[in-house]
Amino acid sequence: MKPVALPGEPRVDLAQGRAHGLSAEEFARVEQILGRVATFTELGVFSVMWSEHCSYKSSRKYLRTLPQKSELVVQGGPGENAGAIDVGDGWVAVFKIESHNHPSYVEPYQGAATGVGGILRDIFTMGARPIASMNSLKFGSFDHPRTRYLIGGVVGGIGGYGNCVGVPTVAGEVMFDAAYNGNILVNAFSLGLARAGELWSARARGVGNPVLYVGSATGRDGIHGASLLASAEFDAESESKRPTVQVGDPFTEKLLIEACLEAGKTGAIVAIQDMGAAGLTSSSSEMAARGGLGIDLDLDQVPLRDQSLTPYEILLSESQERMLIVAERGREAELQAVFEKWDLHAVVIGEVTADKRWRARWRGQVVADIPAAALTDDAPVYDRPAHASAKPSAPRARIRRENPAPAVALRAMLSNPNVASKRWVFRQYDSIVQGNTVLGPGGDAAVLRIKGSHRALALKVDSNPRACALDPYAGAVATVIEAARNVACVGARPVGITNCLNYGNPERPEIMWQFAEGVRGLGDAARAIGAPVVSGNVSFYNETEGRAIPPTPTIAVLGLMTDVARHVTAHFKRAGDAIAIVRTAPPSLAASEYAAMYGESDETLTPIDLVRENALLEGLVVCAEQRLIGSAHDVAEGGLAVAIAEACFNPEARLGAEVDLSAHGLADTVELFGEGPSTVVISAAPQDIAALTRVFSTRGLAIYQAGRVLAEPRLALHGALDENINELFELYEAALPGRLASHD
Amino acid sequence: MKWGVVRFPGSLDDNDAFYALTEVMGQEAAMLWHKDTSLGGAECILLPGGFSYGDYLRTGAIARFSPIMRSVEKFAADGGLVIGTCNGFQILCEAHLLPGALTRNRSLSFICERVHVRVENARTPFTRAMRQGDVLTLPIKHGEGLYVAPEDELRQMEERGQVILRYCGADGRESEAANPNGSMRAIAGVANERFNVFGLMPHPEHAVESMLGGTDGRKIFESIAASA
Repeated sequence: MKPVALPGEPRVDLAQGRAHGLSAEEFARVEQILGRVATFTELGVFSVMWSEHCSYKSSRKYLRTLPQKSELVVQGGPGENAGAIDVGDGWVAVFKIESHNHPSYVEPYQGAATGVGGILRDIFTMGARPIASMNSLKFGSFDHPRTRYLIGGVVGGIGGYGNCVGVPTVAGEVMFDAAYNGNILVNAFSLGLARAGELWSARARGVGNPVLYVGSATGRDGIHGASLLASAEFDAESESKRPTVQVGDPFTEKLLIEACLEAGKTGAIVAIQDMGAAGLTSSSSEMAARGGLGIDLDLDQVPLRDQSLTPYEILLSESQERMLIVAERGREAELQAVFEKWDLHAVVIGEVTADKRWRARWRGQVVADIPAAALTDDAPVYDRPAHASAKPSAPRARIRRENPAPAVALRAMLSNPNVASKRWVFRQYDSIVQGNTVLGPGGDAAVLRIKGSHRALALKVDSNPRACALDPYAGAVATVIEAARNVACVGARPVGITNCLNYGNPERPEIMWQFAEGVRGLGDAARAIGAPVVSGNVSFYNETEGRAIPPTPTIAVLGLMTDVARHVTAHFKRAGDAIAIVRTAPPSLAASEYAAMYGESDETLTPIDLVRENALLEGLVVCAEQRLIGSAHDVAEGGLAVAIAEACFNPEARLGAEVDLSAHGLADTVELFGEGPSTVVISAAPQDIAALTRVFSTRGLAIYQAGRVLAEPRLALHGALDENINELFELYEAALPGRLASHD
Repeated sequence: MKWGVVRFPGSLDDNDAFYALTEVMGQEAAMLWHKDTSLGGAECILLPGGFSYGDYLRTGAIARFSPIMRSVEKFAADGGLVIGTCNGFQILCEAHLLPGALTRNRSLSFICERVHVRVENARTPFTRAMRQGDVLTLPIKHGEGLYVAPEDELRQMEERGQVILRYCGADGRESEAANPNGSMRAIAGVANERFNVFGLMPHPEHAVESMLGGTDGRKIFESIAASA
């Protein structure tokens, strides 16, 4: 059916296509698919569906190489809205991470808030109740005039949405670096639980089945959020894109969660998908294409906030808190009753057809008529040129010859916002609602119990852009094993990964090379630790005025423990316990916080031995299961000295530590502040040390018995420093609020 | 004792309160829907935390007009026991079942953390399992918990013993630092003049299991259960 051009619509030509972000080739391909020039409405539809954000056109080739299967995987890889892993006792964990970078830079509160809302919908659209959220945030340096405004808005938005919707925010990471001055990163993760065998599908079935629109009415917000905002670089004009950011309503989202989960119990839902990026267009065309069917939409039935919306705007709106349901024919009323109970719209706006066309009607006329698959599976896929920059990166200066005294460096380190306590941030998040949070923010990983089971889930999100900047492959490997190690430190076995791959403009070969190397590293590390990559998201075009962010693959790992009572925390527990250090390789200052503070390092990253890394993960989990460990804490930002100090910051009883590093030749700057792979600080009862040592030595790893836990709050690293723990704790807690309050 | 837990649109801690009462404390409880008017024979009504109606307009301001609140008001007027935690406290103030109001935290930001509160009056149905001066550790999580009331009303409340819980340090002492939200007179929980309606900002339902960080919340539920 030939759709009509509407009166007053702009003429469709190549210039109009380019203004919509389509290349000349893509514009020609649209004409070829349709056998005619697209209408203005159709052009808008192609523009969002073929955008990088929706189509993964530059990344698809690489993402196919990731390991997506294991005996626990219920849903992995493309095809549904999130990945799912069997966690036992009849439960399936559904999880995913996604970016909301550009919206959060343009409008931090709403950008971050709707990032949370969007990822939650990806979870409950699978039939899973969201039970926990995490986030990974990258801001510019504190010297940048926008940073304080952005962190206040982003943290406020995440809290404002997450707290009101009743899903606890249980873990996260925050980093400040000048590389993100013009392009912050806001990556939001959510996890849900569903009963095994009861996951919902996003695949349309049954010709003649009605299509129901549920949730908020459609407004004019977020139009072209996916295409013009998310799939293009930033420039001086970006401020003007503020209207492309959506506005969130967490109250309605809460109602939508309850209503959808209740509606699912009727058994009348055939398929369901949230109206996220590209809203009504993507949800309807993707469900149709997955089922090898078509969908006819009657736009006159769509609930509108403003009756003057055009079909173009209705189809492209990214108004939040909306879902599209394919229902079993004749059972619409059952579903509508549930949504009515929760005071939500539930309107039949179309039906499933056999002709594989995606068609939209408005005021009696067809305004779009496109093969459904052309918008999804048959969207362009690119094999873009990818090669390392011929020009070596700027030469890095050596470590300053005169390093500060270790005590001075440690104090400076603990006062550095990248190392210091993030309490100012996570105190603004409800981390305990739903009553499952055994370990909340501030530890190595979060631990959530599963009610009615002894099992528990561990969660951590990590990234390491400095390592990725030195070597995008090794940096990605390091990121995966760091997140996995954090999960293992609390006693959980890593069982699944989701990733948010934040990179620059893929049309530049150097960026494409960074991306290819990152995916290769992610795949190698995931295979080595036996944790498949079950879901993910790619965020390209993280550039401002031609300057790209460092490659930043953000990795979230799900861990599983069979007995929640055996979880381990990071803090020393008892005076007199032995302190031991286990590691896979000597540390290095490359990509460390120390190097960032006192001069760049010219070192290259220590090569990572994935066999030894996996042995460390296994050893940690086995020791936790055998109750051999009092505490375990991963050495991360700030190195060993910071990790030992943090382990003393036990809120129950501030303890101390006496560690003789010199006996092992560990007392120099590299040993104290190096961060390379991979070191864990363990404490254990003296009588358990022999058994603990055996667990690691049978896996080829040596343990250094380094010292003991002290009753008095004193950190004595012999040969390096002797400090009061209470003073260090003050610095650690005061740093971030102090930096946010000062207006220098 | 038979409990009724009210579910408003936007209630968040309703399931947690229900779980704490039934699974952990072994009490009998039923969920009550805000559009209904029957209290199902409950002997104590619990208004849970959350963001009822999104807390749009003002916290608790819309929820107080829910059909179920007519029944709760009558129940309270007849001497029935009512407890409101967090948003439930805010709703009770809006409904004028409790004196005072809850406003934005002094920091203007949401606060989620464990705090200490001191029992100021142990001769109430909500605190009788404790002693005056006992210090409880309970979590708070709210953006609008700064308790305010006119000065003469506060004075009368103090005289009548209506201030039930006050923020304090671990040692039981009051201080500026131990008052997380800036509440007047560090007030964390109050009762009405008849001592059958109690509102508090902390969440006792999130302090009933040691694995989740403490069990002091049980003492409040045990007090109420013993008052039946």
